[in-house]
Amino acid sequence: MHLAAVLDLILVLLALGAAGAATARLAAGRIVVYGGCFAACAALLGLAGAALLGPEAAPSTLSLPLGLPWLRANFALDSLSAVFLVVIDLGGAMASLYGLGYGRHEHEPDRVLPFFPLFLAGMNLVVVADDAFAFLVSWEFMSLSSWALVLAHHREKATLHAGYVYLVMASIGTVALLLAFGVMAGPGGDYAFAAIREHGLSAGAASAVLVLVLVGAGSKAGLVPLHAWLPLAHPAAPSHVSALMSGVMTKVAVYAAVRILFDLVGGVQWWWGAIVMGLGALTAVMGILYALMQHDLKRLLAYSTVENVGIVFIGLGLTLAFQADGLVTAAALSLSAALFHVFNHSVFKSLLFFGAGAVQTATGERDMERLGGLIRFMPVTALVFLVGSASIAALPPFNGFASEWLVLQAILASPDLPQWALKFLVPAVGAMLALSAALVAACFVKAFGITFLGRPRSKSALQARETDAVSRGVMAALAGLCLFAGVFPGVVMEGFAPAVRQLSGGAVPVSEGAQWLLLLPQAGSRSAYSGVVVFVLILCACALTFFVVRAVGSSRTRRAPAWDCGFPDPSPATQYTADSFAEPIRRVFGTVLFDARESVDLPAPGDMRAARFEVRMRDYAWDLLYEPVAVAIAYAAERFNRVQFFSIRRYLTMVFGALIFLLSVVALWR
Amino acid sequence: MAVNPFVLQAGQAALVVALAPLLTGIVRKAKARLLRRRGASVFQPYRDLLRLARKDAVLAENASWLFRSTPYVTFACIWAAAVFVPTFATRLPLSAAADLIVIVALLGTSRFMLALAGLDVGTSFGGIGSSREMMIASLAEPAMLMIIFTLALMARTTDLSTIAADFALGHVGLRVSLGLALVALIMVAIAENARIPVDNPATHLELTMVHEAMVLEYSGRHLALIEAAASLKLLLYISLIGCVFVPWGIAAPGAGTGAIAASLAAFAGKVAIGAVLLAVFETAVAKMRVFRVSEFLTGALLLGLLAALLLFVSRSF
Repeated sequence: MHLAAVLDLILVLLALGAAGAATARLAAGRIVVYGGCFAACAALLGLAGAALLGPEAAPSTLSLPLGLPWLRANFALDSLSAVFLVVIDLGGAMASLYGLGYGRHEHEPDRVLPFFPLFLAGMNLVVVADDAFAFLVSWEFMSLSSWALVLAHHREKATLHAGYVYLVMASIGTVALLLAFGVMAGPGGDYAFAAIREHGLSAGAASAVLVLVLVGAGSKAGLVPLHAWLPLAHPAAPSHVSALMSGVMTKVAVYAAVRILFDLVGGVQWWWGAIVMGLGALTAVMGILYALMQHDLKRLLAYSTVENVGIVFIGLGLTLAFQADGLVTAAALSLSAALFHVFNHSVFKSLLFFGAGAVQTATGERDMERLGGLIRFMPVTALVFLVGSASIAALPPFNGFASEWLVLQAILASPDLPQWALKFLVPAVGAMLALSAALVAACFVKAFGITFLGRPRSKSALQARETDAVSRGVMAALAGLCLFAGVFPGVVMEGFAPAVRQLSGGAVPVSEGAQWLLLLPQAGSRSAYSGVVVFVLILCACALTFFVVRAVGSSRTRRAPAWDCGFPDPSPATQYTADSFAEPIRRVFGTVLFDARESVDLPAPGDMRAARFEVRMRDYAWDLLYEPVAVAIAYAAERFNRVQFFSIRRYLTMVFGALIFLLSVVALWR
Repeated sequence: MAVNPFVLQAGQAALVVALAPLLTGIVRKAKARLLRRRGASVFQPYRDLLRLARKDAVLAENASWLFRSTPYVTFACIWAAAVFVPTFATRLPLSAAADLIVIVALLGTSRFMLALAGLDVGTSFGGIGSSREMMIASLAEPAMLMIIFTLALMARTTDLSTIAADFALGHVGLRVSLGLALVALIMVAIAENARIPVDNPATHLELTMVHEAMVLEYSGRHLALIEAAASLKLLLYISLIGCVFVPWGIAAPGAGTGAIAASLAAFAGKVAIGAVLLAVFETAVAKMRVFRVSEFLTGALLLGLLAALLLFVSRSF
């Protein structure tokens, strides 16, 4: 009976939206809305957790008399939905709690409070929808409410642009999904998921669905080259909403892809896997290279979301390939890896966006070139941001490493695949995954180092103060979760096992009876990772080193001016900046991938002009894909605009013509 | 009589720390002899470390807690990684807890912290060091993972202890991909340990230096730890190359005291030979410009990828 309770709680969220609209101008509005959202999300999290950990039951379904008169809205809760409910509501609960403190600094709360609960409700509804109609309505609900949140700070010009691009891309994505469901429903037009599962599709139709899903869900998730809206829209929203969009909404898109490709379509073919993992690898590498080129902290985080989505799609692509070839255990392994990474990314990306929000509140800056030295003014935020950075950079003993380790193990299981194309593709995908993992480390050394370390680069950075206690508590809880999921990955993955069994038919035998100790990729495998042993070993080594050094050597410390080879410069402008940190990597990768061109204008001695250094980069995804689409839409809109100014006679003629045309189509069809 | 494996494990953990400065001493001595200098005693690194540890640590005025704790974390991570690399015995109690990917990732953790510490004080030397170190790592790490893939596909596991034990039995034999992996691994090891031609561990005050620039602000016991960690990392890579490509002489589980003594001698011999070869190589080549390093490491990455690809095509390559 979990499902009815889940729907009730979603109703509560919808009601909170109304409450938010009513009380937005009052001081109590923030507490009512965020407190209520926290309670609702926490309850939903509890329900989903109970559904996953409890005895496995058949999916519960519910059919409600909503929507069009002759269609009922169907909802269902199975283990896959439950996994994604956990991800959504963990992120939602944390973001609501963080909003309690962070929302105090909001200038126009009436632009955030009504939409925040609606956004949460929309995401929850998507994962429990059980027919195409309910799914698409919820999906569009989620898109539009998040669009309204992106426009919360609508007076900034960049935000308007971001909102417009997001709206266009969201519409294109929904159209693609609509068409995908149309193809799946077939001529019978039965849109219930149960009916779609019943009748199989021809190979061609199924492949069309794949392409449409990659456009529809892939654009929402941020697959390269459809990603360009994401780094515009996600950072424009208030930080707790950015955290939800990046950490959670991209996961709803992953859910859509998983639900359609693994559950509804059926008849998986091996080359689907090749396409999906190829796109995933491209997304991973390009996403992190884009991130390295940024100096806006929140944009950097948004691009890193693109990279993580790439890793998830690599896992999904491998699963498709394994499934098509009937390798059940390998499919279970890669699907577990993908789901575990979905969970992990939602945790650490929320943490990092909250940290960026704290920095923005404290300094009013998002530009890393104007930050620096914050570790001295915001020690707690710095520590938790460091944990988040280490997690996302896949460093043991944190959680990002555990899921990337599983993806790498899944790649190592793939020489058993019979297709030659896959034999060539998979090692290349592995190399790109490894490359992106290494680049993430560089990217987050830059993000943490330039923002929190060094000397303050502006007056606002110098005057930063630690953020409020609620926000610190939320971030500390997420940091603790990063460590817990990294040290005990088996325990967390045990929760995903029902969903993996449901979709792949196999399970990752995490470890025979000792989930807390060892992570094993396959039964009987000799490769293993024990987060807890590694963690304890590092702690012991640290302690031992500390005591030995204290015993043998001096424990005295003196403070002196920085050494810097004898010539320290007092100006903070002589430090490395975000751009200069990334310069070597830009020279190695950017010259080709971004067409990066540097020009130096150094005046002759005696000339008093300022020297200039300029870097120009091209974004091919924008120039070659987005720009032509934008131009085409503008052109079409211009043409269609004329339709508005016809006389009544011409309208009537057009209506008549359309009628004739449709009647003749019907006549020919019969 | 079989030796208790836990004693062996503890012995190995102590041995790698104790032996690491000696390795650096041997490399320096051999280099000095090749340059027809007398050179300092091979035990000089021990004296240097002790001297540094006894001095007061001088911190920059604005150095944060991260700067102070990084030497300990860095050393601990490299030490933890070294514990998992088989030196004189395989299948020690802890070796099942971490495979080769974990070992490389632990080195990544230590580098991550060190690169952050380079940025902490806010000097240009620290910045240039961190930035270049991360650029080098961003190519060296994927190359290393490709080498891991190659080894894992041959041994059907990523567990280093099992790989070493398998290879020692000689089932694998001479393979094309193994050769490619060896060349790539040596290239990665040179880059990771900041040796010539990628970086120069002996210079200061040179704009091309990478690792030394990054740790420029450290002094006293902190510097001692960072130098000890660097030696330990070199020992780790030499043991790694030794246990995979020259796996003979490593004691199997349940070996008696005599066999352990023999395997210890074999390990000492491997390390000494590795040190001398490194010195010869470093003396024979010139350091390259920093932006040639990317080409060097891309070469390593492609060699590793080729090796893995060959194995994907057929297990018999």
